[in-house]
Amino acid sequence: MNWKAFFAMLARDAHVARRNFVALLFQTFLQPLMFVFIFGRVMVGSGYMPPSYKSLLLPGIMAICMVGTGIWAVAMPLIAEFQFTREIEDRLLAPMDISWLAVEKVVAGTLQALAAGLMVIPAAWLLLRPGVDLNVPRPLLFAVVALLVALFSATGGLALGCSVEQTHIGLMFSLVVAPMIFFGCTYYPWSALQKFPILQKAVLVNPLVYASEGLRGTLVPQFPHLPMLAVVAGLVFFNVLMFVTGLRKFHGKAVT
Amino acid sequence: MVAGIRTRDLRKVFTSAPPAGAGTGGFSFSGPKAKGKQPKPNIVALDGISLDIASGEIFCLLGPNGAGKSTTVGVLTTRVRPTSGQAFIGEHDVWQEQVAVKRLIGVVAQRPNLDFSLTAREILAFHGAYFGLSSHERAKRAEALLERFKLTDRADQMVRGFSGGMMQRLSIARAMMHDPQVLFLDEPSAGLDPQTRLLLWEIIREYNQSGKTILLTTHNMEEADALCKRLAIVDHGRVIAIGTPLELKASVPGGYLLRLRFGHHSPDLLERFRSLAGVREVRATDNNSADLYADRGGSLIPEIANLASAGSVELCDVHISEPSLENLFLHHTGRSLRE
Repeated sequence: MNWKAFFAMLARDAHVARRNFVALLFQTFLQPLMFVFIFGRVMVGSGYMPPSYKSLLLPGIMAICMVGTGIWAVAMPLIAEFQFTREIEDRLLAPMDISWLAVEKVVAGTLQALAAGLMVIPAAWLLLRPGVDLNVPRPLLFAVVALLVALFSATGGLALGCSVEQTHIGLMFSLVVAPMIFFGCTYYPWSALQKFPILQKAVLVNPLVYASEGLRGTLVPQFPHLPMLAVVAGLVFFNVLMFVTGLRKFHGKAVT
Repeated sequence: MVAGIRTRDLRKVFTSAPPAGAGTGGFSFSGPKAKGKQPKPNIVALDGISLDIASGEIFCLLGPNGAGKSTTVGVLTTRVRPTSGQAFIGEHDVWQEQVAVKRLIGVVAQRPNLDFSLTAREILAFHGAYFGLSSHERAKRAEALLERFKLTDRADQMVRGFSGGMMQRLSIARAMMHDPQVLFLDEPSAGLDPQTRLLLWEIIREYNQSGKTILLTTHNMEEADALCKRLAIVDHGRVIAIGTPLELKASVPGGYLLRLRFGHHSPDLLERFRSLAGVREVRATDNNSADLYADRGGSLIPEIANLASAGSVELCDVHISEPSLENLFLHHTGRSLRE
């Protein structure tokens, strides 16, 4: 394995992310934080939502930020680089097995998703305080869940980025990303779907459910959430599925 | 270590649309026609290409668009999986030992593929880093290449705003950054102005003089003639002629080609043309045109005109080509390279 080439590619991605830092910041945080402000601050402040909603909302927002960032960071460049600018060709010709380039993309996306997830906690907390009741009794489990969520966002980005045509980017967001967010137990806990038993079962195919429930279970465990074993198993399953699918599609794009 | 290039009976059949710039060879579509189901296209891009390119040679693949030139380059640079056959760079099998092969080669693709998120200098530096060059070495080589390709004044600008010619120059500089033993240039001078083309030719010759092997594709005969030691003419995924430009030009019967157009012509008239001194071959291309291969050009015209008027045939147009690779292509395929 040629680690020099691998780290040079990571350095390239870090360099590009640094150059676009301000744009990335707005792209990642603006929409979720506006949502936090309206639902957590305005709706709760005006009495339409109970005060506890603030704590319930935060893990869901964190999941959205992480998954959105990872998918965006991996899928969008891949779509553009394979189909439009073709700039990935130079890296495909580097003296390294091309599978490692896909791994590098996943590592870069995971790091960005982790950074986004960790940054949204203090930002949302500042917007919502007082009344956010975070407690992390099992920090190691939180770290594992956060890492699995970040990894899923990046492997999902790999699979999407190598499957979606350039002309279908809008469709990718409206057909895949938006339903994933709305049916991903981000703005409500999974237990809130009790009255919709079919929907409650159906949303279990949505990986974001495990992400938001996992973060809820480790950041605000006082609220009902899926068993952590199910969360970890679900996240591992989707990580493997997305990575294997993504890698296969990546090879299909890289070699004709 | 210097490396040559070998291919043995390379075939590539695309079962989906080939990528842009990969060529489509023979355009022979076939496949099972299931009712209500779109048949999978079978596009034969390479139909048994065998080449033996010595190390230190400038070799050219000459052919029209879609002949299979880019697909050949794609196979040799690990980007296209051959359907059958073998390809070697030096002693390394391209498909089996991809990493070793990628260390030996530099590639300039037909379509620009520069990293739009970086400046010109960063593109060269990161490329060097992928190949394990130290940061000092990267900076030194990047500076020298920017200077050589006349890009120093734009070195620290994003390449997004570069003209086509500048992008092409930078692509070539990038391919040379890690000092590869074998350089692939796929249509390197397409879209370049004459001055930049001359600069490019000079750089290619210079690079070759340092012992490097160069494979370039072109549909420009002058370029092939000016640069290459040997060349292969490809069409429909096959090599139709191979040799030095001189050998190939000499292989055209007579060398000169006269393309004649009449009001109409008859087999009788063409037979009489065959008996003229110096005429080697006469071919009817359609009802009122014929190609005449001969060892002289202009001096044949009065005799042709006399024979035509004696047979009451109107001679409408005459075009004379001196010995050229274009004539060779025409002789083998019946088509012009420019068509």
